[in-house]
Amino acid sequence: MDLAFLDQLWLARLPLLRGLGVTVVISALAIAAGTFAGVFVGLALTYGPRPLRWLVRGYTDFVRGTPVLVLVLASFYVLSTIGLQLNAFQAGVLALAVFCSSHVGEIVRGALQAIPAGQSEAAKAIGLTFRQTFIYVLVPQAIRQILPTWVNTAAEMVKASTLLSIIGVGELLLATQEVISRTFMSLPFYFFAGALYFAVNYGIERFGRYVDRKTTVPS
Amino acid sequence: MGYTLNFAAVWRNFDRLLEGLGLSLLLAVGAILIGCVLGLVVAFALRAKPLWLRGPAGIYVTAFRNTPILVLILFTYFALPQLGVRLGKIESFVFTLALYSGAYLAEVFRAGLISVPPGMREAGLAIGLSEMQIRTSIVIPIMLRNVLPSLSSTFISLFKDTSLAAAIAVPELTFEARKINVETFRVIETWIVASCLYVATCSVLAAGLRQVERRLAVPR
Amino acid sequence: MTHLLEIRDLHKRFGDTEVLKGVDCEMAKGEVICVIGSSGSGKTTMLRCINMLEEFQGGSIRIDGQEIGYETVGGVRRRKKEAQIARQRALTGMAFQQFNLFPHMTALGNVTLGLVKVKKKAKDEARAAAERWLDRVGLLDRKDHYPGQLSGGQQQRVAIARAIAMNPKLMLFDEVTSALDPELVNEVLQVIKDLARDGMSMLIVTHEMRFAFEVSSRVIFMNQGRIGEAGNPREMFLNPKSERLAEFLKSSTFRQAN
Repeated sequence: MDLAFLDQLWLARLPLLRGLGVTVVISALAIAAGTFAGVFVGLALTYGPRPLRWLVRGYTDFVRGTPVLVLVLASFYVLSTIGLQLNAFQAGVLALAVFCSSHVGEIVRGALQAIPAGQSEAAKAIGLTFRQTFIYVLVPQAIRQILPTWVNTAAEMVKASTLLSIIGVGELLLATQEVISRTFMSLPFYFFAGALYFAVNYGIERFGRYVDRKTTVPS
Repeated sequence: MGYTLNFAAVWRNFDRLLEGLGLSLLLAVGAILIGCVLGLVVAFALRAKPLWLRGPAGIYVTAFRNTPILVLILFTYFALPQLGVRLGKIESFVFTLALYSGAYLAEVFRAGLISVPPGMREAGLAIGLSEMQIRTSIVIPIMLRNVLPSLSSTFISLFKDTSLAAAIAVPELTFEARKINVETFRVIETWIVASCLYVATCSVLAAGLRQVERRLAVPR
Repeated sequence: MTHLLEIRDLHKRFGDTEVLKGVDCEMAKGEVICVIGSSGSGKTTMLRCINMLEEFQGGSIRIDGQEIGYETVGGVRRRKKEAQIARQRALTGMAFQQFNLFPHMTALGNVTLGLVKVKKKAKDEARAAAERWLDRVGLLDRKDHYPGQLSGGQQQRVAIARAIAMNPKLMLFDEVTSALDPELVNEVLQVIKDLARDGMSMLIVTHEMRFAFEVSSRVIFMNQGRIGEAGNPREMFLNPKSERLAEFLKSSTFRQAN
């Protein structure tokens, strides 16, 4: 290990930690908002009246057909033009949340539609109302399918947070680039940043597997 | 607010956007072709018995799937030169995207290989085929048909990832769109058109791949 | 005397195809009626209309005098409100071909769900009742098992317990052994026979001819959306009056009991 690198790493510890903090905040906000919206998207796609489904379908198809970077850039440039005064951070998080919502919407729709029709029939047959069927029969089964894929999506959001460096948000990648522009040690610092992201995502992956184990019904 | 939509400026530059799209597609095709070969080899390695094959393959897949692609792109273009490997922008991006694709495709192919019943290999052995022959004539054809839907969505995802080449100033669609945006100040129009181009291309790709699925499907 | 079940001129269409072309049926309390017929004859559809799992366009179904599913208000036929229909479903219990147990709940959980949420019983009261019914079908020792841990026959018996725990006036069985391996069929048929002996009113759609012969007080043969023949099992099976029934019996697995 190059001692000069370790020295520089120590010197840069605060900005890098701050960058990591911003990354965490971006990811958490985007995941929370995206999941919240995504649940409604999924419910609309599964149970909504046809015009609503059509509208929401259009939204998700458009968002999913567009690269995340384009969503981020569009959000950054367009929103200030139409009078919405958002700074880069807010615009970026909004774009990521929209991206997340389309994915979560698909996941929720897929999980609800994967439940065999016989489950609703059996629930009806014992006299449960739709509300009761949804809460006690459908949601528990859907959640078991949603959770592992959702954890995957959460990891994707952490990776996508790096794109906000392109619009100047001071998350980990931008912080790393700033350190590199001072020290010219691109190799070790990019590697270090990569390793940090890897650690976070790998942690999320392991967490996902743990959740999967805990929620699987014994068979 | 006072912003009136005026697409004229964008249409004037439409050819630049199309050229950018063309480059995006080329980047995607190049990376995916290499990625497929790499992914197939790694998929077999992941299922191999000896640890010296499974280990590195596993590390490669885990490392590339859990690292943000932007970090990989910047690393390859800016950091590798310090090791003496100096690649041009496009080569650097294709190289990175190929390695990235390889890791994702390896997982897709691995799942596909698992879906091929072991009885197929045994039947092949029983008629005297070698392992390599079994792999090429029996296992891979069956696996490909099972895996086409997953493969299609991975391809489309990788095509969208070409937009990240804009980060190192490769003149593909996103980079051109940003330039036009900055030049003409036609913010909304530029991004709507760029988005539509991506969405349209993805739809065409999806439809095309569905056709391939249909053509390859075994009559039942 | 009000019949337990009264079906008058039942008509049902799936799109353009008429599947039930005017079915009439009366059933008294305590009767066990087996409905037989080839696939597409409408027997399952008729069953599913009784608990409104299927809509029907014409005719009426009454359980204990109550009109099921639809009402005529001012000369206009109208579907009842969803909440009313949900309440009416409590009059019947249904066991399905695919069991349809809730996979995320134990056997006990499956049986108590309806008792707690629909019958509004207290948790321990529901638990005790559920255990009684699981014991009745011989599965008390498996009450904490999940459906994935049970065999097909066991799952179907739990499904039956789930249905009868709701204390329905009429039990509906929709080909409950068709999806089972042959060696698991008998344990389920035995449970149904026991219920019949205890006086439960049952409408059973089945392919098991010998079982139908042994357990039913009446047999209905359905053919192309109508009732082809009905009567007591001895006469129907040994002396079929219609050619269709004779054809059907010949191609089925029934062997004459001597």
